[in-house]
Amino acid sequence: MRTRSATRLTIFAVILLTALYGWGQETQSSEDQRLNLEAHVGKMTGQARVGQPIYKRFCIGCHGPLGDGQGENAQWIDPKPRNFTTATFRCRSTPTGTLPTDQDLYDTIGRGLVNSNMPHWLPLTNHDRVNLVAYVKHFSPRWLKEKSGTPIEIPKEPEPTADRIKVGQTLYQKLECWKCHGVEGRGNGPSADTLTDDENRPIRPFNFHDSEKFKCGTADWQMYKDFMTGLDGSPMPSFVDNVKPDEAWDLVFYLRTLQPMNSKEKQIAKQLGLKPIAGAAQPPANNPQ
Amino acid sequence: MTIRYKITAAFSALVLFALGALVLSTNVSAAGEGKITGTVKFTGTPPHERPIDMSKEPYCQKLHASNPVKTENVVVGPDGSLEWVVLYISEGLSGSAASAVSSEKPKWDQKGCQYIPHVMALDANQHFLVTNSDPTSHNIHPLPKAGGGNNQWNKSQPPGAPPIDTSWPGEEVAIQVKCNIHPWMHGYMAVVKGPNAVTDEKGAYTISGVPPGSYTVTAWQETLGTQTQKVTVAAGKPATADFTFKGK
Repeated sequence: MRTRSATRLTIFAVILLTALYGWGQETQSSEDQRLNLEAHVGKMTGQARVGQPIYKRFCIGCHGPLGDGQGENAQWIDPKPRNFTTATFRCRSTPTGTLPTDQDLYDTIGRGLVNSNMPHWLPLTNHDRVNLVAYVKHFSPRWLKEKSGTPIEIPKEPEPTADRIKVGQTLYQKLECWKCHGVEGRGNGPSADTLTDDENRPIRPFNFHDSEKFKCGTADWQMYKDFMTGLDGSPMPSFVDNVKPDEAWDLVFYLRTLQPMNSKEKQIAKQLGLKPIAGAAQPPANNPQ
Repeated sequence: MTIRYKITAAFSALVLFALGALVLSTNVSAAGEGKITGTVKFTGTPPHERPIDMSKEPYCQKLHASNPVKTENVVVGPDGSLEWVVLYISEGLSGSAASAVSSEKPKWDQKGCQYIPHVMALDANQHFLVTNSDPTSHNIHPLPKAGGGNNQWNKSQPPGAPPIDTSWPGEEVAIQVKCNIHPWMHGYMAVVKGPNAVTDEKGAYTISGVPPGSYTVTAWQETLGTQTQKVTVAAGKPATADFTFKGK
């Protein structure tokens, strides 16, 4: 009798251990798979396994050992470090809802994020940064199942003209950018104080008068990309479905007139005597269907 | 001895064949026939649904000036009927009934700074249209849970913009949708497998296209949670499942 129950117990234990081992194997293999992820930027290839020690040296303090943005410094800083486990990124060249390209992530690491605690990581070698991209990707299983989105097309930049700036201003009113960014672009529109990010933390719309830099790059084409793709995870939506490439450039030129640094656009605006839009006025009567 | 074996073998083969044919035929002929109906009630004191201040959007404020829109977290009728409850079959569906995707393309409209409907039930991969009937811009920002097969996106839809035609690949009850420009706007899209329904203002629902069988029906309400019931659908006879959610 006793031996019998002992046998039963042994069988049970064996089954349990096998199951646990199998489960462990499965999670282990998923982790393994993710650690085998690569990143490709130009001719460079990054490996998540190689990126791991670099991450542990430089990134873990804010982004945390799990890549969830809960590092030990996270509580002291705002904006909060990005949570890599959801693979939701602001700075992308790809449509809203899709994964960014490796190049997008590589550029973000090299550029840093203005108005946040994320510095640029140019002191690291290019290869270190590509390896980091691969390791950052490894935190989300999305990279195993999905491909990066197809970058939106950015046509050649035209010359800024007075007409273009005026059209840009009309668009700023018509697309209701001012609802959040304010009539003067100071980030104080009527909806500004209720904005939250996707984790329900308060977030401020960009004040164009505050800085000559943007979160996702300083160049005109980067600004173009910001409102066309949207900044996923933030309240900033994508406009690519409803704004033509030409109009998008017009908007870029208008936004340049709001910024503090001297620019060709600003000169033109001065000559035009461009006044801020009357935001509170109703949008043109457009019959509801 | 061997003859007996042969007879038994032949007989059991026949029985198996007949059973198989029976199963197949019921599946084919009964699909789309059965129904599950019922009503969903609320007992207790319903939470206060406050009027929404839409003063940040003058057009919408004016539109609802005489009859302010109230929050829709728990919408209870005078007789205790509970609106906007999603009902779907969480267990028991098999074969084509489970994998069929409705070809209907429901509309998710933004009208008067509200989502019409407030709650929508869909099959995974079923297409739906997001439209804007307002003379003001909205941004549609669905927020699925991370790791659930659906990804968040955020698109601006200015007045007169064409509808957005899209779908959700993964099952999820339910995806919250919000508009960042008008923070009071919120609604839910419940993505399920197989036939589904949402209660109307009388708390009534009908899940149609259910083949005969035994099922678990789940009722989901955005703040009150979920309830389940076991039902059996017979051919030509709708099953009934009434639910009651209790308030605090």
